[in-house]
Amino acid sequence: MEMVKVTVDGQTVEVPKGSTILAAAKKAGIKIPTLCHHEDLNVNAMCRICVVEVVGARTLQAACSQPVSDGMVIITNSPAVRQARKMNLELLLSNHPQDCLNCVRNQRCELQTLADQLGVQQQRFGTKTRPEYPKDDSAAALVRDPDKCILCRRCVEVCHDVQSVGAIAPANRGIKTQILPAGGVDLNNVACVQCGQCTLVCPVGALYEQDHTERVWAALADPEKHVVVQTAPAIRVSIGEEFGMEPGQVTTGQLVAALRRLGFDRVFDTDFTADLTIIEEGHELIDRLNNGGVLPMITSCSPGWIKFIEHFYPEYLDHLSTCKSPQQMFGALAKTYYAEKAGLDPKDIYVVSIMPCTAKKFECGRPEMSSTGYPDVDAVLTTRELGKMLRQAGIVFSELPEEQYDEPFGITTGAGVIFGASGGVMEAALRTVYEVVTNETLPSVDFTAVRGIEGIKEAEVDLKGTKVKVAVANGLGNARKLMDLIKEGKADYQFIEIMCCPGGCIGGGGQPIPTTNEIRKKRIEAIYEADADLPLRKSHENPAVKTLYEEFLDKPLGEKSHQLLHTHYTKRNKYPQKSVG
Amino acid sequence: MAKANCPLPTSNLSEILDKYKQSPGSLLEILREAQAINGYLSREVLQLIAEELGIPESKVYGVATFYSLFKTTPTGQYIIRICESAPCHIRGAQDVLATIEKTLGIKPGETTPDGKFSLEFTSCLGLCGVAPAMMINDQVFGNLTGDRVREIINSF
Repeated sequence: MEMVKVTVDGQTVEVPKGSTILAAAKKAGIKIPTLCHHEDLNVNAMCRICVVEVVGARTLQAACSQPVSDGMVIITNSPAVRQARKMNLELLLSNHPQDCLNCVRNQRCELQTLADQLGVQQQRFGTKTRPEYPKDDSAAALVRDPDKCILCRRCVEVCHDVQSVGAIAPANRGIKTQILPAGGVDLNNVACVQCGQCTLVCPVGALYEQDHTERVWAALADPEKHVVVQTAPAIRVSIGEEFGMEPGQVTTGQLVAALRRLGFDRVFDTDFTADLTIIEEGHELIDRLNNGGVLPMITSCSPGWIKFIEHFYPEYLDHLSTCKSPQQMFGALAKTYYAEKAGLDPKDIYVVSIMPCTAKKFECGRPEMSSTGYPDVDAVLTTRELGKMLRQAGIVFSELPEEQYDEPFGITTGAGVIFGASGGVMEAALRTVYEVVTNETLPSVDFTAVRGIEGIKEAEVDLKGTKVKVAVANGLGNARKLMDLIKEGKADYQFIEIMCCPGGCIGGGGQPIPTTNEIRKKRIEAIYEADADLPLRKSHENPAVKTLYEEFLDKPLGEKSHQLLHTHYTKRNKYPQKSVG
Repeated sequence: MAKANCPLPTSNLSEILDKYKQSPGSLLEILREAQAINGYLSREVLQLIAEELGIPESKVYGVATFYSLFKTTPTGQYIIRICESAPCHIRGAQDVLATIEKTLGIKPGETTPDGKFSLEFTSCLGLCGVAPAMMINDQVFGNLTGDRVREIINSF
């Protein structure tokens, strides 16, 4: 790699040719303030907060986009630079509501932080001249507040380039520019999959999840309600970040303790129904392989992915496993099996999920997800919302003791835990399918080929003579690539795992902000650490799952399973308001 | 120009799309010709274009709303565009506007009930030498006064 030498504020550093000024400054230990820039996205150079002086250049340069050249002399902290940055920020602020106290991102807002950092102390340019835009809360999972938008376009990039959904884009011009769904309609009326990746990259409070905290507080305060909570696999490796802990720490025990202190009657683990999913889905795969079923079979745990295939590939819905997601299996069982066991009326049971996901809020409201006549899941809190509730309750997360989940839905295996990372469902399924089909114990439970943050992964497994070719995709842009291969008849896989969000659920749209690829990698490591620490690593060895079949479900793919644990999908239009395409 | 609000002759749109879809970067040409069919770009037209080019409708909508000469809502048969730049302003564009508003009973952004005229602003037409100026569809008019504006409108 060709290296070049540049001087940043008097220090000489050597960086690869083509590096940005921002990267060179970072190497010199200088953090240039940025706003529209995001480390995982392409450079926008929209906001001009990162301007620096380059000796010999006529004007200030945007550090995020300007490549360095050999011998370049850069000054990042001169009166001209400080004044320009501050004024650019003040101009942005002049069109931003001065409403921080009422904002979902108060104290967690990049614009607010910059205002403090750059020393903005008064509104020099008067009040807002931009038109006022109403909030759009039409979608089940997401809220758009265009009034707060600073037009950085990070959401657009993630929606188009990472997720290949393209639900929102810049529209109109000049002072009237907005980031809008096509036709300027509400988000609910376009093919948005509600993955919430936009909420992770929004620097301000212009995109965020629908709040479920108030309804959970109300349920917790209601003496008539028996409130049970389930925690998704990915929460145990990310909730600590809401309290300033380093990414990549496993805090399962503290999470349980925290939820108990919030007042939940039972603290259960979605990993339990993840194990159950593997039993049902594993048998479904074996059945499809043996009886000429539709292949490749594709996993169905990720509600953003489900909505994506429903909108964009509706003719391929029979490739999806009919298994409900672990969240929905849990809800269905909580209001039937558990209700029976605990002697409770399902109407008095209130099921709360803690999910790394915004699309789960959409999923729990799907009409088919109410096996008992009541919604299987009543409320879905994102990791961020749980953080908020714990702060409201004054619970000091880092000082909590480690506690154990309640029985029976708290007994889990490592296979359930790894659902949280891309490749995890595949690996968990292979651990079980191998042993069921071959009747032999796996020499090693680790299928490392399907692990990691890489967009598309492939592997081949030998089930004693039967070769099964599998693929794993994370991020909908990669899912689209696999679907196009299937469409062209070029995919010779038998089983495909697809997760909507980059990295899998640990990188979900409901996770703590920031969620970057670096942080995703640390959370993935933590997931496999949690897996390796558990005495049981295979779903079919989960004793509580075995008991569930003995006492209630009878057998995998049986009548009760069909009724409670399996579902069907809906053909949707790419253009929900029209009948084109 | 064709009359507004008539049903979309989709065969024409497919001809336009067939002509351009092999050459990347032709969205603007497609939008321009598609708009000529019935005077504006409906959601349906935008969706057909998006589908054929394989790009999200949100992007097509973004382009269609960026340029002021593209319309996403029906407009009148004749679009009156009054120059709002400084020279025309100084030379009395406000009086011209007031006369048109009074004569037609519409404000900028509106269309007469009979669908004949729409009124809007435009940035500089490059006719500062004959300010104040306006355009009606493709025709330009300069040295405007209240009387002259009434006369021009009545001639349509």
